[in-house]
Amino acid sequence: MKVFLIMPSQVMVRGIEGVFRDMGEFTVAGAATFLTPREETILKNISADAVIVDPAVFPHSARSNIKHHIAEYTDVPVIAFPSIFIDEETARQYDAVLSLYDSPADIIHKLRKAVSSSKDNSLSNGDELSAREKDILICVAKGFLNKEIADMFNISIHTVISHRRNITRKTGIKTVAGLTVYAILNNLIDPSSVE
Amino acid sequence: MKQEIKYFSPEMKMADLVEIDYRLLTVIARCGLPLGFGEKTVANMCAEADVDARAFILICNMYSCFGYVPAEESLKEADPLTILKYLQRSHRSYMDDGFSSMELSINELVAPCPAAQRKVILDFFEDYRTEVRSHFEYEETVFFPYVESVVSGGSTGDYSASIFEENHSNIEEKLKDLTNIVMKYLPAACSNILANKLLYSLFALSEDLGKHTEIENLILVPMVNRLEALKKSER
Repeated sequence: MKVFLIMPSQVMVRGIEGVFRDMGEFTVAGAATFLTPREETILKNISADAVIVDPAVFPHSARSNIKHHIAEYTDVPVIAFPSIFIDEETARQYDAVLSLYDSPADIIHKLRKAVSSSKDNSLSNGDELSAREKDILICVAKGFLNKEIADMFNISIHTVISHRRNITRKTGIKTVAGLTVYAILNNLIDPSSVE
Repeated sequence: MKQEIKYFSPEMKMADLVEIDYRLLTVIARCGLPLGFGEKTVANMCAEADVDARAFILICNMYSCFGYVPAEESLKEADPLTILKYLQRSHRSYMDDGFSSMELSINELVAPCPAAQRKVILDFFEDYRTEVRSHFEYEETVFFPYVESVVSGGSTGDYSASIFEENHSNIEEKLKDLTNIVMKYLPAACSNILANKLLYSLFALSEDLGKHTEIENLILVPMVNRLEALKKSER
């Protein structure tokens, strides 16, 4: 299985590579020191089974949202490997948290568990929007809130958010205004139905 | 690892800076340094134009070197007002040149589209411009005057650079959306050549705005933080 690394420390990258070499099963599919739009696009295109990220890559204010940020580009599990202290609250967003003091066996065990549990609940694949995603997109473009959309389709808010994340990952469009433009250009909605 | 020149210095020839990264032409112009470099060094040119060379070099490093984090020492030496002036002039160049020429190309680009599609694209662009304008206005009416007053040793009131940092909104999301719309979802009637021209400007603007934000957050804010701390300890 392949893992993509996002970490500023070359020593940590070497460490992970060493562990993988010794233990087998996992390999490093690629590594990035930072996450610029260029790396984000690479992340979208690389076939990896998991991403390991050092939260230190992100500025302090963005650290509570790293998993969501990465999930815009790939739907594989995101595993933290912090070179800095992270509190329990922010640790919870990840599919697993590795520690610098984990044994090689612990690391492999945690990775294996994260990868297998995420396979069970992956929502959407492919690059084209699914019929359900189009329905949700139309509602977003018309200005409905997540809660309202959840009620309309009788699904949880969490599911609405997952759909929205997939829509953004596929289209590359993040803002509601941008999604509205998308919906009109693709004839998903009638221009007169907004505003 | 790849060997490359990472940091510029005032002893370098101005022409060499541009040779290494031609995007610095924008920085040079915004700092008020004229072309006609001849064999002059950065230090020479800056002295002639009365620009602080250390601040200029800081901006160049931030602009060209990915992941650059300025040393505390260089932040201490450089003149904050030169940084401020650069940021103000960048704002003006975005609003006066950047957006105006993009408006022209986008209008030309969507001219062949049906009215409804044309409208939604142009409205999106206009909303984005308004958002950027109000972002800049906040900085120019609240944060920049505050920086000036801290630098001149005046009163700081209740405001502080950390308040600025907290409220520093993201103006790049809509730009990215616009780029994706032009690149991926434009009606087939639109000209490819015009679309490419616009895409080049959008990518360049996005890159430049990213640098702009970094200069604010990683140069100006730490400079002001330091001055704030100094002032506190004097009290």
